[in-house]
Amino acid sequence: ILIVDISDALSERDKVKFTVHTKSTLPNFKQNEFSVVRQHEEFIWLHDSFVENEEYAGYIIPPAPPKPDFDASREKLQKLGEGEGSMTKEEFTKMKQELEAEYLAIFKKTVAMHEVFLCRVAAHPVLRKDLNFHVFLEYNQDLSVRGKNKKEKLEDFFKNVVKSADGVLVAGVKDVDDFFEHEKTFLLEYHNRVKDSSAKSDRMIRSHKSTFLFFFIWCEWSKVFLFCSLINRFFLKVSELFEKTRKIEARVAADEDLKLADLLKYYLRESQAAKDLLYRRGRALVDYENANKALDKARAKNKDVLQAETTQQVCCQKFEKISESAKQELIDFKTRRVAAFRKNLVELAELELKHAKGNLQLLQSCLGVLKGDT
Amino acid sequence: ADSSFKTSEPDQSRRPGLHIQYVLYGMDFFGLFFCSCKAILSLLLTGDGMNAYMAYKVSTQTSLTMFRSKTFTVRRRFSDFLGLFEKLSEKHSQNGYIIPPPPEKSILGMTKVKVGKEDPSSAEFVERRRAALERYLQRVVCHPSLLQDPDVREFLEKEELPRAVSTQALSGAGFLKMLNKATDAVSKMTIKMNEQDVWFDEKIQDVENEEQHLRKLHVMVESLVNHRKELSGNTAVFAKSVAMLGSSEDNTALSRALSQLAEVEDRIEQLHQEQASNDFFTFSELLADYIRLLGAVRGCFDQRMKAWQRWQDAENMLQKKRETEAKLLWANKPDKLQQAKDEIAEWEAKVTQYERDFERISATVRKEVIRFDKEKARDFKRQIIKYLESVLHSQQQMIKYWEAFLPEAKAIA
Repeated sequence: ILIVDISDALSERDKVKFTVHTKSTLPNFKQNEFSVVRQHEEFIWLHDSFVENEEYAGYIIPPAPPKPDFDASREKLQKLGEGEGSMTKEEFTKMKQELEAEYLAIFKKTVAMHEVFLCRVAAHPVLRKDLNFHVFLEYNQDLSVRGKNKKEKLEDFFKNVVKSADGVLVAGVKDVDDFFEHEKTFLLEYHNRVKDSSAKSDRMIRSHKSTFLFFFIWCEWSKVFLFCSLINRFFLKVSELFEKTRKIEARVAADEDLKLADLLKYYLRESQAAKDLLYRRGRALVDYENANKALDKARAKNKDVLQAETTQQVCCQKFEKISESAKQELIDFKTRRVAAFRKNLVELAELELKHAKGNLQLLQSCLGVLKGDT
Repeated sequence: ADSSFKTSEPDQSRRPGLHIQYVLYGMDFFGLFFCSCKAILSLLLTGDGMNAYMAYKVSTQTSLTMFRSKTFTVRRRFSDFLGLFEKLSEKHSQNGYIIPPPPEKSILGMTKVKVGKEDPSSAEFVERRRAALERYLQRVVCHPSLLQDPDVREFLEKEELPRAVSTQALSGAGFLKMLNKATDAVSKMTIKMNEQDVWFDEKIQDVENEEQHLRKLHVMVESLVNHRKELSGNTAVFAKSVAMLGSSEDNTALSRALSQLAEVEDRIEQLHQEQASNDFFTFSELLADYIRLLGAVRGCFDQRMKAWQRWQDAENMLQKKRETEAKLLWANKPDKLQQAKDEIAEWEAKVTQYERDFERISATVRKEVIRFDKEKARDFKRQIIKYLESVLHSQQQMIKYWEAFLPEAKAIA
């Protein structure tokens, strides 16, 4: 067995330190249970090492976790600090609490995403045996994975350019195998649609923050009527109500973010990884076909035939190996995707119902009191 | 107690405007008697092109015997309402009554409607104006003294009213000037009043503070309305996107679930739209009304100050006349003496008159403000309850939608 999780995390000024905790009965490890501290760059190093490893060309490489981004949240907290003088102590405390909760939510999310990456690797029958992975888990010193320097970044850039040009090429070739042909068409469209949905869900959830504004309106309103004896008890009750419903609304937005937005974001990355797999297979196919052509030419000229035969053999093996594992990977991807959507959509619906019912109850009881009062 | 407190929910077609009737029941006044007169406005667009104008059917229901029957209907134009306000101001503001102000004229808004633009913003404008006019009229009709005014009765009952020409060509700025003239914003002048009754000093301060707060709130509510409209837009866009995603999904059950999700989000978008409209009509307009009304309240305080000033001026004049008499006595000019004595008698009468006027207007203003406060408290409470009821309805709908969706999500395999 191999169980990996992130047991702790620390947010420092501009980086996050994750405590990666492993429990394993595998003989390669010195102990059965151990922890190391890793930063985001080290996760990326691990991911990239998988991508660059030819042996893993036939697998969907679990997508790398996104970089922790607290900039927006930090900016808001800073602005709040600057505007402290212009609001009442109560307003300031409430806003500060909100922003701190937001910061915490982002923090939890980044931890979860890094953890999901590790769990996917640990669950994969082949990747879990990877040496780099074991080093990542066990080596308790800094892996010195310095961020890519300028030259390397440039090389990466060109690699990507070539890849996308190739991608167009490969995508144009119709596959003999029905399964792969279908998958290619499907994935291309699906990936684009998920991208669109992901962006739009983000925008929608951000708009949800309008409920936050209503709370301030209410505070302001209450101030006006607090001294008016005819009405202040009434307003106090309504204030209490809005205070409670605001908390519920905040939870709704957070849950939608988690169950819907994050789900879409994750499958955006996974579908890209699946596309990458198809691309690699496509490349291998092209290489194989080129090797065939070269072999025919060599036979015709009766020159370097043995060399051509060997090359052709290697290409054939590579292509068949990738195809075989790719098929299984893509089937697994589908199963995983359907299961994840099911889980999240069910949980989303259940949470929405829970919150709406909570709101309803608060409103009903408050209205009962208010109507009786008048 | 207010047993007559009901607002019947309008028949919500997608485009509010020509079908909606907001029914405001009479408000309790001093608990002594119900406002036994109820006015409802509905819309009637007449004429065509640039000559078209919006007429309103004013339907009155009353039990008061001074009217010709129990129910009757007349047609009125916007300028008629303005004309009514002008007449009432002229006659009654000097009594210290709070004259309810009508909604502003908006040339831009009306032009769009005339040109026949069928977009939601002009439908909104039309409904907004109708509702505002209805509230305005209802306030006039619920004022026990104003109701007695023959102009009000004529407005409600008379078949044809002469066109209120003076209000026709008023622009926004001109309208404001007219309002100011009518209420006479004397507050610009620094009348140092020797306030005997500290109640008035405190009250005017309260009114000014409250007006400030309400203006601030109004801006915030407008911002909230915009936010909700934005949320609604984003939800609609998201719903379409999810529908597309569902159609490209090759697992049948998941595909169906996603298109169901798209439908749920679409319905939720509609809820957000309704909520935005609710925020607007329930709150924003309420605040706008009271900002205008507080202006009218300040107006009647100003009238009281004017009355005081008139009295003081008369006292000063009397003093001068007495001095003149004394001078004449001393200078021994008997022929002018009689004139002086006459003038003194005249001014003594005026002083008495103006002092009595001042006491009367003070009492009226006090009574009016107390009535106004009660009405305001009631108005706000009622609107908030209405708002909460609509939020409650919204939540009930949400529950229905998600409950319908849950089995679809669970059916994914």
